[in-house]
Amino acid sequence: MLEIKDIYKTFNAGTVNEKMALKGLSLTLEDGDFVTVIGGNGAGKSTMLNAIAGVWPVDGGSIVIDGTDVTKLKEYKRAKFLGRVFQDPMTGTAATMEIEENLALAMRRGDRRTLRGGIKEKERQKYKEMLATLGLGLEERMTSKVGLLSGGQRQALTLLMATLKKPKLLLLDEHTAALDPKTAAKVLETTDTIVNRDNLTTLMITHNMKDAIAHGNRLIMMMEGNIILDIRGEEKKKLTVSDLLHKFEEASGEEFASDKAILG
Amino acid sequence: MDINSLLSALPGAAAQGLIWGIMAIGVYITFRILDIADLSVDGTMCTGAAVCIMMLQGGHNIFAAMLAATAAGMLVGLATGIFHTAMGIPAILAGILTQLGLWGVNLKIMGKSNQAISVDNYNLLVSLRYVKNAITDKNTIAVVALFIIVIIAVLYWFFGTELGSSLRATGCNENMARAQGINTNFNKVLGLMLSNGMVALSSALLGQYQGFADINMGKGAIVIGLAAVIIGEAVFSRIFKNFALKLLAVALGGVIYFIVLQVVIWCGIDTDLLKLFQALVVAVFLAVPYWKGKYITKPKKIGDTAKGEA
Repeated sequence: MLEIKDIYKTFNAGTVNEKMALKGLSLTLEDGDFVTVIGGNGAGKSTMLNAIAGVWPVDGGSIVIDGTDVTKLKEYKRAKFLGRVFQDPMTGTAATMEIEENLALAMRRGDRRTLRGGIKEKERQKYKEMLATLGLGLEERMTSKVGLLSGGQRQALTLLMATLKKPKLLLLDEHTAALDPKTAAKVLETTDTIVNRDNLTTLMITHNMKDAIAHGNRLIMMMEGNIILDIRGEEKKKLTVSDLLHKFEEASGEEFASDKAILG
Repeated sequence: MDINSLLSALPGAAAQGLIWGIMAIGVYITFRILDIADLSVDGTMCTGAAVCIMMLQGGHNIFAAMLAATAAGMLVGLATGIFHTAMGIPAILAGILTQLGLWGVNLKIMGKSNQAISVDNYNLLVSLRYVKNAITDKNTIAVVALFIIVIIAVLYWFFGTELGSSLRATGCNENMARAQGINTNFNKVLGLMLSNGMVALSSALLGQYQGFADINMGKGAIVIGLAAVIIGEAVFSRIFKNFALKLLAVALGGVIYFIVLQVVIWCGIDTDLLKLFQALVVAVFLAVPYWKGKYITKPKKIGDTAKGEA
């Protein structure tokens, strides 16, 4: 479904702040893979997701989604293949627009925007049903401005928007990191439900090792712009946090430094 | 201080305010919907009148002249849009560059720094002379009001379409818009074209109204436009929630602005200081939301907690 081959990205090239964020990264995802991504700060996790989403062009390598080479495609054109949820709940939705308007925008991802009405009556019924599955009571507030929702509600809505039109690939960039633990657990549960229901190919970054182990069928660990660990199948099912820390030390030759990753 | 002189000046102020109200609706599109402060309108506010009057002098039909003026305004928006999106120039600077360039373009359109047109010799839609004692269907206030109603209706329809919604999303949250497959650069250019088209139409009406186009007529236009937007919002925001009514509020903001201006002049302020006065008033109004957030803390209401979280 996704084939990343040998991609490179350097930020601030030629300055003292030069940072090589991706160093020949390659990754292949099978159809229906749910991959959790962990790694310390600056490991290149978000950079990898942004490279796939096309936020900026990569310096080298290729990215193929479901047989289409998207390496040169602009961000808005790649969007038709991708569903995205961001770390900051403010990023994924338009705050001054209504809940149903946000959903209608997401429903048209990848389509040409025409001069037809922005939202049709029969869509509303569908949105109402979809919102009801979140269990947040949002189906009664379809014409409320999204800016009035809490962070957790906005992330749940963003998740719904990202999957409303089935994406080839779902990109979750620490989408629960800004939420309180209870809300985070709820959003993660919703994520699992949607991913399993639609059999979505998913990349989920998390800072929480427990979550990384509990979710998905495959786990990758990144360091210094590359993948240093790739665990799947039966091996992943048996994995524990201490295994993971041990493997990290083995792979990197140093101790896992982030308290947040262990405790979070 | 003769109250009659003030009263007799009010219909003119209202007519002028309505004409500028169309301009303010254009400013609203960029400033409020796209979240861009577009300074090219200072130039566009002359271009529209220049094109319209030169076309009329050339013997063209009044509607063709106004259509051409609007189209010229849209080209101005296209220029600013290309500066901003294709060339990566910050929006404010892009507008300033366009405005500067337009100075030359406007002079070339008119051939000199001003061009007059007499209502006696041409069949104009609006004029100073048609404000008082004019039959209803020729009355300038009625004609401009009709223009505003049609413009609001068209914009209300447009911003409800798929394309219009995507334009609103672009102004609200660009990252989200792109993630939803919206071509944000195209939308910004489109919004700037729409806005400047509106401004040029307003300019064409203003040129007819005052009977001339002048190279300086757009000076400080953005400030008047912003003033109308802000006054309209401040006065009507509690009662006008619907988008169409919000646009109407902006147009009425223009009327209030010109009536207040008329009162200030009547009070005997030194007219040399008028622009300073305008700038200060707009500065204070722009500061109000900032001050509100900074110095006034409201007790939190239940159900209101959502906003602060994340």
